[in-house]
Amino acid sequence: MSAQPIPAQSSVPPLNDYASIVGKPQIDELWMLAGALANCSAKMVNSTAVGGGVAEILNRVVPLFKEVGLAMQWDVITGGEAFFSVTKSFHNALHGMAYEDRPEWFDVFVATNEENRRRMKFDEDFVVIHDPQPLPLVAAREGKRNHWVWRCHIDLSRPNERVWNFLQPFVEKYDATLVSSTAFTHPLSIPQFLIAPTIDPLADKNRDLEPEYLQSVLDRFGIDRKRPIITQVSRFDRLKDPLGVIQAYKLVKRYRDCQLVLAGGGATDDPEGSVVFAEVQEAAKGDKDIFLLNLPPWSYLEINALQRASTIVVQKSLREGFGLTVTEALWKRRPVVASGVGGILRQVLHKVTGMLVHSVEGCAYQIRYLLSNPAFAKRLGEAGHDHVKENFLVTHTLRNYLVLFLLLKRGVNPS
Amino acid sequence: MKQAQKPFQFVDAFYLVVIGLQSAHTLREFAKQLSDVSPYCIFCHTYHALATHHYTSYSSDFAQWAMAGCNEGELAEQLGAIDVRQFVELEELRGALVREVNEYLAIRPVAADRPAFEPFYFAETREVVLPIDRQASNLAELAEGMQQMSLHSLHYHFVNSRLRLHLRTNDFSNWIENELGFPELALQIKRVDFYTNTLPEVRAEIIDCITPWIGR
Repeated sequence: MSAQPIPAQSSVPPLNDYASIVGKPQIDELWMLAGALANCSAKMVNSTAVGGGVAEILNRVVPLFKEVGLAMQWDVITGGEAFFSVTKSFHNALHGMAYEDRPEWFDVFVATNEENRRRMKFDEDFVVIHDPQPLPLVAAREGKRNHWVWRCHIDLSRPNERVWNFLQPFVEKYDATLVSSTAFTHPLSIPQFLIAPTIDPLADKNRDLEPEYLQSVLDRFGIDRKRPIITQVSRFDRLKDPLGVIQAYKLVKRYRDCQLVLAGGGATDDPEGSVVFAEVQEAAKGDKDIFLLNLPPWSYLEINALQRASTIVVQKSLREGFGLTVTEALWKRRPVVASGVGGILRQVLHKVTGMLVHSVEGCAYQIRYLLSNPAFAKRLGEAGHDHVKENFLVTHTLRNYLVLFLLLKRGVNPS
Repeated sequence: MKQAQKPFQFVDAFYLVVIGLQSAHTLREFAKQLSDVSPYCIFCHTYHALATHHYTSYSSDFAQWAMAGCNEGELAEQLGAIDVRQFVELEELRGALVREVNEYLAIRPVAADRPAFEPFYFAETREVVLPIDRQASNLAELAEGMQQMSLHSLHYHFVNSRLRLHLRTNDFSNWIENELGFPELALQIKRVDFYTNTLPEVRAEIIDCITPWIGR
C-alpha cells in the first residue's frame, strides 16, 4: 500500500483562457493573490483519483494552482476493501442515515490512516485533507509548523452522534474546516469557513458541444430527442434516491409522455454502487422509456451531452453536501428540480434558479409544471447560469484557497 | 486635463466567510444575539451581503431571513430599508438593526417566540487587502482603472469605503472632490445606487458619470 501522487491532467487549459467567461479582472486578481504566496507549497489529499465530485474538482484545480506558481501536490490515500466499507458507513452515518455500530471499525479506520501516514510526507506549507476518509492523517502535523485544513464536502447537518463524536477530536487538531453550507457547522474550537465547491466551465463535462455530437450520444443510447427527457446524473447511491426519481417519473408519466435517464457510475471508494444499481434495474424493469446508464468515470462528454439534451434535470437527493451535478445543469441553462437539502439550497433559489422539492409527489408536480410552462423553465435556466457564473466556477475555488492560505499565514482571526 | 497631486491608489479586497457558533431559532434569540455578535458579523450580513444577493428580495441577510425564515414581511422590509450609506460606524448600524427588531417585537410579541422555518447562522468575514499595481492621476486614468478593476475591488472602494473614511461617501467621490476639485461629479457618483444595481451595472454607471468630465 502506498499513497499515489496523481499526475496533472494535460487537458486543463491555461488560466487566462477563463477570462473569456469570468472577465480579465477576475483572472488578474488570481495572479496577484498567487504572487503574495510566492515560494509557498501546498498538498491536497483525498481518497479517490476518479469518480465523484472531489476527484473532479482536484483534477481541474491542481494544475491551475501549479500554473499560478504554487507548488501543489495531490495525493490519494489507499486502503483495502474493509477500510472503504468502513468509510462508506461513516459517510452514510454522517449524512444521518442508519449506522450499524461496530467498534472494530474505528480500529480499521485509524490503522489504515496510520499506514498511509507512515508512507506519506507532509512538508508543504498548507495541507488540505478532503472528507473524513483521510481525517486522522492530521497526526502527521506533530512537530511541524505548517497549516492544516479539513475540507468537508458532505452534509453534516444531522450526523450520527457516535461517529461524529469519534471523528471530532481529529477535526479539532486542524487549523480550520471548510464546509459548503452554514447548516453543516458544529460547535468546534477552530474556525469554520463557508466555501462552495465549483465546476470547470472549460472541462469536457461542461464545455459547449457540437449539436451533431449531442445527437450522436442520444442515438447511441436510443434516447428520442423529440420527446421530453428527464435526467438525473448521480452515482448509484441511496442518498441520491434513484428509486424516488423513478417513482416521480411514473407519476409524471400518467399525464405527460416522457423519458427518464438515470446516468452515473461508481467511485473507487464507494463499494455500495453495484448493489444500488441492481435495485434500480429491478425498479425500472419493463419500462423501455427508462434509460439506466452505468457509465465509466471518464464519460465526461457523454454526461455533458445528456445534461444538455435534457428537458429537465432532476437531483432528488435525500442528503447532499453540495450537488455539483446541479451546478453543471444550471451552468447549461437547464431547468432544475432538486431536493431542498444541504448545499443544493445555495444553488437552487426556489422559482428563481430552479424548483425545490421535498417529496416524490412534489418532484413529480414540479416536473409536470415545467413541462407545461417552457417559457418559465427557460427563465429559470438563464438565471441559474448567471448564478453559477457569479459563484460556483473553478476560478472561485482557486481564489478562495489562495485567500485562505494568505489568511492562515497571517493569522485567521482579525487583529 | 486636471492632474491630482495625490494619485488614486487602487486596491483589491478579498473576503472569506467564517460561520460563527451562534444561531437564532426565533426572533427573540435573533434580537439578543444581534446585540452580542462581533462587528465583523454585522459587516458580513450587511455590507458583504450586498455583493452577493442578486437574486433575492433583500440585500441584507437579516432582512432575507426575516422573510424566508420567519415569514415576517413587514420586519423584512424594515430591515431591508436600513441603508448602510447612512452609517459610518458598524456600531451605529448595529444599533439601528437592534432597534428595528425590538420595536417590531414590542408591537407584535407573538412573533418573538415563533420557531423559524430555518435558523439564522451568524457569520463573520475575514478580509485580505492587497494593493494593485495601478494608480490614477486624472479622470481618464480613473475610468480606465475602473474598467480593469475586479468587482471585489469595486465593492471595497465604493461600498465598504464609508467604514474606512468615516464619511458618508466613497473612495472615488472623496478623491474626485478633494484631489480634483469636482464636487458636482463627486455627488453624481455618490448617488449611484448599489442596492438596485448589480456591481457590473454600478461600474458602468460610474464610468458613464465620469466620461463627460474627462478633459476638463
